[in-house]
Amino acid sequence: MGAKTLISHSLWIAHKDLLEFSRNRVMLGMLFVFPLFMMLMTGYIFPSGNTIRDMPVAVVNLDDFNGTQGPESLGFYAGLEAVNHRTGYFVLSNSSTESAAREQITRGERTGAVVILANFTSNLRTGGQGYVTVLYDQSKPQISLQLTSILNAVISQMGTQRAVSTVNRTTGEDNNTSMAIVIPYKVQNKGTVPGNPNYFEFMAPGMMMMVVMFSVMTGLPRAISHEKEAGTFDGVLAAPTSRFSIILGKTIAQSVRGMIQGAVVLLLALTLFGVTVNGSVLLVVFLLLLGIFSFIGLGIAITSAARDEETASTFMMVLQFPMLFLSGVFFPIEQMPVYMQYVAKAMPLTYATSAMRKVVVLGAGLGDILTEVAVLLVFGVVLLLVAIPLFKKAMTR
Amino acid sequence: MADAGARKMIETLGLTKRFNGFTAVDRVSLTVNEGEVYGLLGPNGAGKSTLIRMLTTLSNPSEGTARISGYDLLKDAEKVRETVGIVSEKMIMYDRLTAYENLRLFAKLYNVPRREMDARIEELLKIVNMTKWADEQIGKFSTGMKQRINVIRALVSMPRVVFMDEPTLGLDPQSTADIRDFIKRLNERDGLTIVLTTHIMNEADVLCDRIGLIDKGRIAAEGSPAELKARIADRGSTVVELDIIDPPPDAAERLRAVEGVRSASQKENCVHVIASREDAFQDIVNASARAGLRLRNASVSQPSLEDVFLHFTGRAMVEEVKDKVPMRGGGHGPPGMGFRPRGR
Repeated sequence: MGAKTLISHSLWIAHKDLLEFSRNRVMLGMLFVFPLFMMLMTGYIFPSGNTIRDMPVAVVNLDDFNGTQGPESLGFYAGLEAVNHRTGYFVLSNSSTESAAREQITRGERTGAVVILANFTSNLRTGGQGYVTVLYDQSKPQISLQLTSILNAVISQMGTQRAVSTVNRTTGEDNNTSMAIVIPYKVQNKGTVPGNPNYFEFMAPGMMMMVVMFSVMTGLPRAISHEKEAGTFDGVLAAPTSRFSIILGKTIAQSVRGMIQGAVVLLLALTLFGVTVNGSVLLVVFLLLLGIFSFIGLGIAITSAARDEETASTFMMVLQFPMLFLSGVFFPIEQMPVYMQYVAKAMPLTYATSAMRKVVVLGAGLGDILTEVAVLLVFGVVLLLVAIPLFKKAMTR
Repeated sequence: MADAGARKMIETLGLTKRFNGFTAVDRVSLTVNEGEVYGLLGPNGAGKSTLIRMLTTLSNPSEGTARISGYDLLKDAEKVRETVGIVSEKMIMYDRLTAYENLRLFAKLYNVPRREMDARIEELLKIVNMTKWADEQIGKFSTGMKQRINVIRALVSMPRVVFMDEPTLGLDPQSTADIRDFIKRLNERDGLTIVLTTHIMNEADVLCDRIGLIDKGRIAAEGSPAELKARIADRGSTVVELDIIDPPPDAAERLRAVEGVRSASQKENCVHVIASREDAFQDIVNASARAGLRLRNASVSQPSLEDVFLHFTGRAMVEEVKDKVPMRGGGHGPPGMGFRPRGR
């Protein structure tokens, strides 16, 4: 069979699939709704670059200075309130004792507590340190992490100011010199591209990659096993059409669908979530296609192994779940333990996401992502070499 | 119609299919001549569909092979696919595509030249009176309309052989009659070779030049309907229909005990008896009287294909569906009302 016939057959099969798809209103709607949902959900449930605000925090003042709360502790409290007034991180409220504050945390009424310990004023006035305990809720690790880091930062900033004014007063130097004495090293954080990337910018490239690759990976087995069950596949298989044309046609149709979905993700990211593409759009499209290529063998293998649509879907679920979380789409893989990083490195999505992120966020060119491109090509070729014989065998069971 | 000494269109050689130890088709060797309508007649699970799947390259035989129009099933699968058309039990059509789009897709997959394609589609639509529905989506059609398109779909490629798996299954009587007419016409006008499976005796009787009785994966007997019937008559069988007044529920059983009776089946007040002796009529009538059955009428009837099947396989064709659909008239369901339980 000539290559022309092969291509022509696959295009007709793709045309048929897309025609069917375009007449299915529910599926068309999902094309837009699904990425939107995914972006909204993942954008808001995962810790974003934006800090949590209005965390309810109890303040317990146990300072005892001549039978009453001393001026240093009151000053500390006032300072805390003043910072909070500017930033709005917390909702501060008084609690009488540490155990009362603990109870409030247990009940979930407060996220944490600041306890100013006894002798706060007298310690400070006698050349000692004023002790403060920060209590946090261990059942909410991520919020606690934020709370403690913000509180620590706020308190240490208040300490710095106090130190600066003390130096100022005792040495008679001006404010800047006093600042240089207290904080001799000044750090400035700068990215390599302009702008301040938010979490969506981190997530959107991987998300786009994932939506496209998953769309094809799930779409292909579903499309084929659906036809198998409906009996229409027999008609295609009984025609003088090469098995390769069938797979190619189905893949083209699913890729077109996947690319449309990818475009929807990109559009949403650009318009609603303030993401900018720093690299070449052509390279983005190339990477999406490469991502599909790297994955398609897996889809074909599953199609061959699964006897019906349900089995195919179950297979996909089992494979997709780890990829969803381990391939660095939502969390950087560097933050995982080393052995999990090895698992992540066995997934094509990891490389595709990494390459896409470099292109979208960092404006990388083809030369900067050669490693990822090579790995994806190898993935694609190896998986196809395994999958195609399986498919041929499965079709004449 | 088949001519004597015609070219062999299909020749199977020990075709066998096993699934996990179960033998669905067991060393089937049969011949279908060019221009013949050949019926594979047998109950559910007899192996009819599996045989057709192998002959249309949808399933690889475990053993044996076949030649179709001279092409080997295994070595020239591509050529075989170009030669044959298939009307499978499940319709091969996409609901969201129009009738025309469905036909065009398959015309393209069968490499029908563009110049011929539209003319052929138009002609086929006209033959089945579906021209005005060409641009409607299949999903909106009734089962009968769908089946018309399903049948002509197998013909867009101008195949030399068409395999039809239960072409009238589940259709209303009118559509059933139309489809049967259409099959006859294709065969007579175009000399198309047709292999069809059915479990409806009447259909096989009316449509087929030759019939292969298939049971448990094997061809139990082969020949024209007349030949097959004659064969049981030659062997000295008698078919007797008894009309009984106030029949007891075990009327058939009582008759089965009579010497020489091969089988007896009861449908309401009629009992259908097959005896293996030519002169059994009188004995059966006498035996009925002894068994306490009062006869309104008794007659010797022509053996039907049902009787033929029973004779060669020792089993009734409709056994399995008996409790699902009450069939009248000795198992000849009303045309098109063929019903088969799902799940083989």
